[in-house]
Amino acid sequence: MNTLVLIDSVELGLIYAIMALGVFISFRTLNMPDLTVDGSFVLGAAVSAVMCSNGNPQAALGMAFIAGCAAGSVTAILHTKLKIQPLLAGILVMLGLWSINLRVMGSKANIPLINKATVFNLLDGTTIEAYATMVIPATIIIIIMLLLFYFLKTELGLVIRATGDNEQMVRAMGVNTDTTILVGLAIANGMVALSGALIAQYQSFADISMGTGMVIIGLASVIIGEVIFGVKSLLRRLIAVILGAVLYRLVIAMAFELGMPPTDLKLVSAVIVTIALAMPVIKERLMTWRKRKTNHQGEVRKSAEN
Amino acid sequence: MLKIERITKIFAPGSINEKTAIDDLSLTMNDGDFLTVIGGNGAGKSTLLNCIAGVFEVDAGHIYLDQKNITFSPEYKRSKYIGRVFQNPLSGTAFDMTIEENLAIAYAKAKTRGLKPGIKKAEAKMFKDKLAQLGLGLEDRMYQKVGLLSGGQRQALTLLMATIVKPRLLLLDEHTAALDPATARQVLHLTRQLIKVNELTAIMVTHNMKNALEYGNRTIMMHEGRIILDFAGEERAKVTVEKLIEQFSHQSGEILDNDRLLLS
Ligand SMILES: Nc1ncnc2c1ncn2[C@@H]1O[C@H](COP(=O)(O)OP(=O)(O)OP(=O)(O)O)[C@@H](O)[C@H]1O
Ligand SMILES: [Mg+2]
Repeated sequence: MNTLVLIDSVELGLIYAIMALGVFISFRTLNMPDLTVDGSFVLGAAVSAVMCSNGNPQAALGMAFIAGCAAGSVTAILHTKLKIQPLLAGILVMLGLWSINLRVMGSKANIPLINKATVFNLLDGTTIEAYATMVIPATIIIIIMLLLFYFLKTELGLVIRATGDNEQMVRAMGVNTDTTILVGLAIANGMVALSGALIAQYQSFADISMGTGMVIIGLASVIIGEVIFGVKSLLRRLIAVILGAVLYRLVIAMAFELGMPPTDLKLVSAVIVTIALAMPVIKERLMTWRKRKTNHQGEVRKSAEN
Repeated sequence: MLKIERITKIFAPGSINEKTAIDDLSLTMNDGDFLTVIGGNGAGKSTLLNCIAGVFEVDAGHIYLDQKNITFSPEYKRSKYIGRVFQNPLSGTAFDMTIEENLAIAYAKAKTRGLKPGIKKAEAKMFKDKLAQLGLGLEDRMYQKVGLLSGGQRQALTLLMATIVKPRLLLLDEHTAALDPATARQVLHLTRQLIKVNELTAIMVTHNMKNALEYGNRTIMMHEGRIILDFAGEERAKVTVEKLIEQFSHQSGEILDNDRLLLS
């Protein structure tokens, strides 16, 4: 793989890692399969593209985060107040967001940002200007990771984590689980939207369908991180998600290098996630298979001795 | 202290599965009372505790805690004054979090939770001391996940979590039923000790008649959603398990055919 592709993949991976951390919050911390992600990612990109067109690339990131929080809150309310299953609540919001995103984009399916200032121009004129596309995502993801790490250990953060473990216990501890789910899903989708906002500025366009399959990419990153880098401590888990997101990009880039047509990307993503999800089962099968084999050899030896 | 006025709880009203789990039940408890509750399967013991805790809203009647009408107050709000330990040792703790984190969550019970650190240094020290008092060696495992603990250790931890901020009322629903006899005895002793030291008002459901008479200062027996026997003071001191069984048949007009109650 040539260095340019390698660098591109790492940069993309670092930006997508923000989205993956969002997916980590909903799927792992809250234990909720939230499919809002595909919509909130585009929402962030749409807000970002429109605001960049108007010359506000920094504020665009903040607005995108807030918009994502709002989307996540709607999903949470559908689930907690109207008792709709989380999976379905997420799909409903994702569906609704398609129309909202088009409205945000002024009924255009695509907004190009050629020659528009983005956050990646922030370092223009400095000595590290050439590395802006690496330095800026890296800085942002480190700040976000540290903030998230701190947050998950605050009074509020602790009960959000406990909600994913045991809602009954959280209520018995005087906490309204409707609130913890709301805050959790809001933050998760805020991060997803922020990721979308940065991607739009990075690739200089926003597209109405750029979020399709995003939740699967996020989940793949989370699982790859868990399998390869472990789940020991909270900090380690967060770092693992980021590394997982980068690794996922590298794998995809490698597949392209090997001649995979871009149209097969979604299929490959689905296969990767399937394998990752099946990992525990595969491991167990392998273990029993090995155990049986050694057992069998032992028996053969025994009967030979007799 | 706790005043329950003619409450009724009907599950699935209007359907063929309609079930009156609590039937026009009244109960008054004084400060410092330790009430034990016995009764056959489906007598309504758990439902009674769940109605007090706010898991279910009652269909009729009122519940007062310290003169405050809590009949329609949601579960999480009542939890600030009511501590609970469940039958299932998995129910009382967050398994994927450390012992210390679980205790921190319990200790913040009365507070509004914000963005301050969840575990403070001074508190961590206090958690360690309290854990040491359980005598299970958990003070050396503060940073381990609760999922690694045995059922008995978890129930002991849940007891500590339910009482670390002094609750106005402690509800125990067969909290030793899932444990082996030796561990059950240990957890029961711990329960008695915590109730005594903290001067708690408590309700303990048990299927063990001997325990019911041995612990606490008052015992009620439930049947079909009603209280059919209520002993306290001198009268209770004279009651034996045999007498209880006899009284039960007399009051309910049925023979106590509950293996679980008899054998224990
Ligand atoms: N959530 C529920 N939905 C419908 N029916 C219920 C529900 N909970 C309890 N019941 C019914 O209400 C009645 C009382 O149940 P409850 O659990 O209070 O009994 P219990 O005295 O605790 O019995 P056990 O000794 O078996 O724990 C039973 O007939 C039960 O089937
Ligand atoms: Mg019960």
